[in-house]
Amino acid sequence: MAANFSNPVVRWIDHRLPVFTFMHHELHEYPTPKNLSYWWNFGSLAGIALVIMIVTGITLAMHYTPHVDYAFASVERIMRDVNYGWLIRYIHMNGASFFFIVVYIHIFRGLYFGSYKAPREILWMLGVVILLLMMATAFMGYVLPWGQMSFWGATVITNLFSAIPLVGESIVTWLWGGFSVDNATLNRFFSLHFLLPFVIVGVVVLHIVALHRFGSNNPLGIDVKGPKDQIPFHPYYTIKDAFGLGVFLIFFSAFIFFAPNFLGHPDNYIPANPLVTPAHIVPEWYFLPFYAILRAIPDKLGGVLFMFGAIAVLFVLPWLDRSPVRSGQFRPIFKIFFWILVVDVVALTYLGGKPAEGIYVILSRIATAYYFIHFLIILPALSIFETPKPLPKSISEPVLGAGGGFAAATAAPREKV
Amino acid sequence: MIARLTTTIAAVAIAAGAWSFALSTPASAAGEAIDLPQHDWSFSGPFGTYDRGALQRGFQVYKNVCAGCHALSYVAYRNLEDLGYNEDEVKAIAAEASVTDGPNDDGEMFERPGKPSDRFASPFPNEQAARAANGGAYPPDLSLIVKARPDGANYVRALLIGYTEPPADFNLMAGMNYNAYFPGHQIAMAKPLYGDDVTYEDGTPSTIEQEAADVAAFLAWASEPEMDERKRAGVMTLLFLLVFTGLLYATKRKIWADVH
Amino acid sequence: MAETHEGDSRRDFLIITTTAVGAVGAACVAWPFIDQMNPAADTLALASIEFDVSTVAEGQSVTLTWRGKPVFVRHRTPAEIEEAREVPLDDLRDPQTDAERAEKPEYLVMVGVCTHLGCVPLGQSVSDPKGDFGGWFCPCHGSHYDTSGRIRRGPAPLNLAVPEYQYISDTVVRIG
Repeated sequence: MAANFSNPVVRWIDHRLPVFTFMHHELHEYPTPKNLSYWWNFGSLAGIALVIMIVTGITLAMHYTPHVDYAFASVERIMRDVNYGWLIRYIHMNGASFFFIVVYIHIFRGLYFGSYKAPREILWMLGVVILLLMMATAFMGYVLPWGQMSFWGATVITNLFSAIPLVGESIVTWLWGGFSVDNATLNRFFSLHFLLPFVIVGVVVLHIVALHRFGSNNPLGIDVKGPKDQIPFHPYYTIKDAFGLGVFLIFFSAFIFFAPNFLGHPDNYIPANPLVTPAHIVPEWYFLPFYAILRAIPDKLGGVLFMFGAIAVLFVLPWLDRSPVRSGQFRPIFKIFFWILVVDVVALTYLGGKPAEGIYVILSRIATAYYFIHFLIILPALSIFETPKPLPKSISEPVLGAGGGFAAATAAPREKV
Repeated sequence: MIARLTTTIAAVAIAAGAWSFALSTPASAAGEAIDLPQHDWSFSGPFGTYDRGALQRGFQVYKNVCAGCHALSYVAYRNLEDLGYNEDEVKAIAAEASVTDGPNDDGEMFERPGKPSDRFASPFPNEQAARAANGGAYPPDLSLIVKARPDGANYVRALLIGYTEPPADFNLMAGMNYNAYFPGHQIAMAKPLYGDDVTYEDGTPSTIEQEAADVAAFLAWASEPEMDERKRAGVMTLLFLLVFTGLLYATKRKIWADVH
Repeated sequence: MAETHEGDSRRDFLIITTTAVGAVGAACVAWPFIDQMNPAADTLALASIEFDVSTVAEGQSVTLTWRGKPVFVRHRTPAEIEEAREVPLDDLRDPQTDAERAEKPEYLVMVGVCTHLGCVPLGQSVSDPKGDFGGWFCPCHGSHYDTSGRIRRGPAPLNLAVPEYQYISDTVVRIG
């Protein structure tokens, strides 16, 4: 069981506290399907993004003042006077967006390759919990600079809870710690924005524990049949993840250094003013699909319920899609609907940034309806009516079907990589 | 391998395209979109840098024209060294301002000449005083104006040269001025620049276009004083990452060579 | 066989090079996170102060704030200067001549922090106890400083520190 370490100090410690054995098992020899495509890079990238956010966040907290009179100025001081403050803040600011980009790709990868199916249901649900925590953290973080968008975003989103019958108003007052978004609100958001990332770390650990129970899914979606199908995580996937990280950092740096405010909103460089609402308030881009769903429903409570429902439906996804075949590669009809869903979510993102009037309202409603139809009707129906293509015997000896689509190249693991 | 990578890159590119498209919407949500005339800034593009001559001229315009009403409260006098002024010049500029300090030993606030470590003195003690002195309109702080408006540098420049006669059917309210580039076209600020409002120290003719471009450049610097350093660091970072990622790719290929 | 060895060494070379370049990158990334804890530009801008000593009357002291600490500026009387000069160096725990401590003898500029455990000594105002040597007295643990701010009795190991300063005109001193 215990690995053989050559360093005597390591051996001494490991005998008493087997951390090195643990790391050796989980990070070094951890058997991984050998046919993982680059879509599998986004899990480790998300982990790295989380670390980047925590490191820059703790650093920013050393200079930030959570008080309505000083918050905006303290952020400007970070940008102008603190050594490399501009760099650290821009990493944190753009890091939020890139964290979401990575996680959204990670989620869609799971959706396409059926990574939520047995025996990985809990792994998937923990992932949805992480998404929810990320959304809460990002929302509260956006309030901290105390610009116009911070203030009005906080006002609008906390007001969502007023839709709850009977106790809604009391809940909103409780969230605010007053009768409007004010200093008490800013202080608690700062506290929670600091806390939640560590909760995320905890859930990420559980996510990884659940992952390592049965190992990664793979592009073929079939179980590994033996050692022939697997390779040790190190050095194969460590170097592959490192390469993926390099590519990620190139995109990330391009934004940080050359377009740091592209993903932000100019109004957030105007200090918060409780008496003037900006002409058009939009959430950060990563909330736009949910914002579109919220506005598509003409009823206040209904809008809130559908918005949260859009995430809740992901929780029960493993029981909505009953098809025994995991990978979309072998599900010809599912594959088509998957891509329609992608287009639908991009459309919702687009519509969330548009004013809620005229054609946009109608399109938002259609896109919202389709989102739920996909999960609640199409997926269960496909489980019954779709005839999947024949599955390969094993990862090492694939009986190739027509393949194609999302990961055509990954269907040929024989190809030298 | 290459095919797989290409698929990945293509998908990322498509997603990125879709996002930029989706993100390009908020600007147009403000009702009627106004096309701003685009100026050829020295600081646009990934290699663009601030032109110190323009910044100094722009500072002159700010000081003589804008500073009467608009604060610049996040910028300190010491920051003017970025514009190419030396320490003594900065001291002299700072000393022209009167800064409220205190309380002194008698418990009174007092006025003293500015020091380089002070931030720019504001023309009004608070927003209410500013509104009272300006017929209810608040002249915004200009420290971040270029970041706080879409396409900020072009917007500021366009606004300053955008005072024209209103169209015949335009209903201009009393005390307001028509501006072609201000959202809604009614602006409380009277036309600030007419040309020859300042005499440039470097002898550049002070036409209204020149002044507007210079002060917009100065305000761009005020918003993003770190820009030159940021872009320089960005070029270095990207060069490093390209080399490093290339090495990682080569190593990855080598390590994976024996996987069949 | 030879081919395999060649392949192995190329592989090792790549791994070592990549690791080395990565380490350089990591060090470059670490620096901003270390440097952000150093004093920021606005703090550094206040790191030196200017003060017109002619505003202090003879026999009076003022306390300035410099880098978050009190700075004592005392316009000494000729008697005090004389007293400070007459002390033999052998009597001193931390031997320093008065001339080393005051560029212009009339004006003594010192950081007003006791070198024992950081309290602020008394002696600035007329009514304060000035200790047994007519200078300053630290009430925390009873350190006595003389008219040159040198430690004479009590637990403090060193004289009151003289900050780096220079006269930028006849009467204006820049501290820091």
